[in-house]
Amino acid sequence: MSVTQRGVGPPQAPGPAPGSAPSSDVSRSSASTRGAGTAAVRLAEVSKVYGKGRSSLLALDKVSLAVQPGEFVCLIGASGCGKSTMLSLVAGLDTATAGEVSTGGKRVTLMFQEPALFPWLTASRNVELALRTRGVPKQERRARATELLQAVHLGGFGGKRPHELSGGMRQRVALARALAQDADVLLMDEPFGALDAMTRDLLHEELERICGERELTVLFVTHNVREAARLGDRVVVLSSRPGRVIEEISVDVKRPRRMDSPDITELGAHMTDRLREEMASHGR
Amino acid sequence: MAAETSLDPLSGLDNLELAPQPGRDFLRRGTSGKALGAVWPKLLAIALALGVWELVYLSGYKSAIIFPGPATVLANLWGQMQHALLWQAIGTTLQRAVVGFGLALIIGSVVGALVSRIKPLRAAVGSLITGLQTMPSIAWFPFAIIFFGLNTSAILFVIVLGAAPSIANGLIAGVDYTPPLLLRAGKTMGLRGLALYRHLILPASLPTFVAGLKQGWAFAWRSLMAGELLVIIAGTSSIGVLLSTDQQQADMPSAMAIMIVILVLGIAVDALFGTIDRAIRRRRGLEESAAGS
Repeated sequence: MSVTQRGVGPPQAPGPAPGSAPSSDVSRSSASTRGAGTAAVRLAEVSKVYGKGRSSLLALDKVSLAVQPGEFVCLIGASGCGKSTMLSLVAGLDTATAGEVSTGGKRVTLMFQEPALFPWLTASRNVELALRTRGVPKQERRARATELLQAVHLGGFGGKRPHELSGGMRQRVALARALAQDADVLLMDEPFGALDAMTRDLLHEELERICGERELTVLFVTHNVREAARLGDRVVVLSSRPGRVIEEISVDVKRPRRMDSPDITELGAHMTDRLREEMASHGR
Repeated sequence: MAAETSLDPLSGLDNLELAPQPGRDFLRRGTSGKALGAVWPKLLAIALALGVWELVYLSGYKSAIIFPGPATVLANLWGQMQHALLWQAIGTTLQRAVVGFGLALIIGSVVGALVSRIKPLRAAVGSLITGLQTMPSIAWFPFAIIFFGLNTSAILFVIVLGAAPSIANGLIAGVDYTPPLLLRAGKTMGLRGLALYRHLILPASLPTFVAGLKQGWAFAWRSLMAGELLVIIAGTSSIGVLLSTDQQQADMPSAMAIMIVILVLGIAVDALFGTIDRAIRRRRGLEESAAGS
């Protein structure tokens, strides 16, 4: 394993194929200064303040981050590090107080910890609605939805309502719905946080495969250090209150990876130590 | 279902998780069993009520003319059911109920939609709507009779005032309680403006809206009965007119027979709303909470 403290990984496609292990080491410059023109997501000195006056809260403090097209970046941090705020800013659901957020005209979509499917629609209709808002003609929607559900291995479940599916299956429908938006950038806010370990492991493989096939750029928030090491080409560690980038770790572990492999475990331990240091600085 | 991926652990897990579980199995089997299970306590309650009625009658606390027993009243009801008069009266009354409730539905929905959408309007009339709801509808009749005269309009006016606030409130509450997470999901999907209402907010508020309709119906029915007793229109027969005539003629068996008709009609329509409510909940997987209520 190599935990190198360089800034950024290459625009590598996180392919699932065993042979396509990412990257030989090429020297690179820091994330915040490099690749400004080509990045899929770029945050430049972004700050976010909630509220006004004395009760205001600085959630993000001059955060800079560039995610290359096709790159899988995990954000990790303790409570109050502004992870979710960052995703909201990139998704355009919120605006930055200072600094610049850009997605270079790329389409962005967001997934949450809960599937947030519409309970009155079937799995297929949920996906079709996303196609509809994108302007896909009516006669094509059903077939496209079926394709997308097949992509998440739910081909036979289009007619089921969300409550008839298990938690992991719902989250996959949500993934199919996100894919239906034909976004280039997938923002994920602890999407597997509510799932059991077994299901989560399988969904890691599923996500890795789909992102590889579709060359998606992913910004993935988690508070599980090993999940971050398992999935990310790069892991960005954030401090808490205010959120600042305190470390960027390039994960040069061959794919396919396993969460319980020594490499990933060791990398996770390193992140845990880093986060504990950070938390200790908030104690007395 | 996934023959091509049968070696895939993910599909295996899906099948395991969707296998019938004791809890779900019980719910599914319940459809016919539950119907039967729900009927017998009701029959028992009716039998109990008739029994108590019969006992009070037999005690001789009041004379049989003033307080007849169930046998006399049911016989009277059966007799009235053989005549067109009762059915005409029911027809007139139900027609008013449908028109009045329909108007209340339109007005309540429009007001509810406007109030939930426009903030200053909510500040202005939000509490007024709830206030209207608490106002006994019978108190509107003097106003309505002076304003419209002794006619159907007066009755319909009071029905609308009785039912529309509940319907409006149901819609407002439904829109307010649209889960914020679904709103975020809808916005990330690109739902905006009217599409956001059509595809997200209105469907999400449907169960609360139906609850409002159900409550609105109860108010409408009460207002209608009060109205028909107070606003007697010459030459028309309605349930209220029949009841009022019975009172004037001190015909207790007939009066009680008509009261049974009123009760049955009210319960029947209420059951209709209950069925709609349960169908919506079942579709959304909220069945268990419905069974609890």
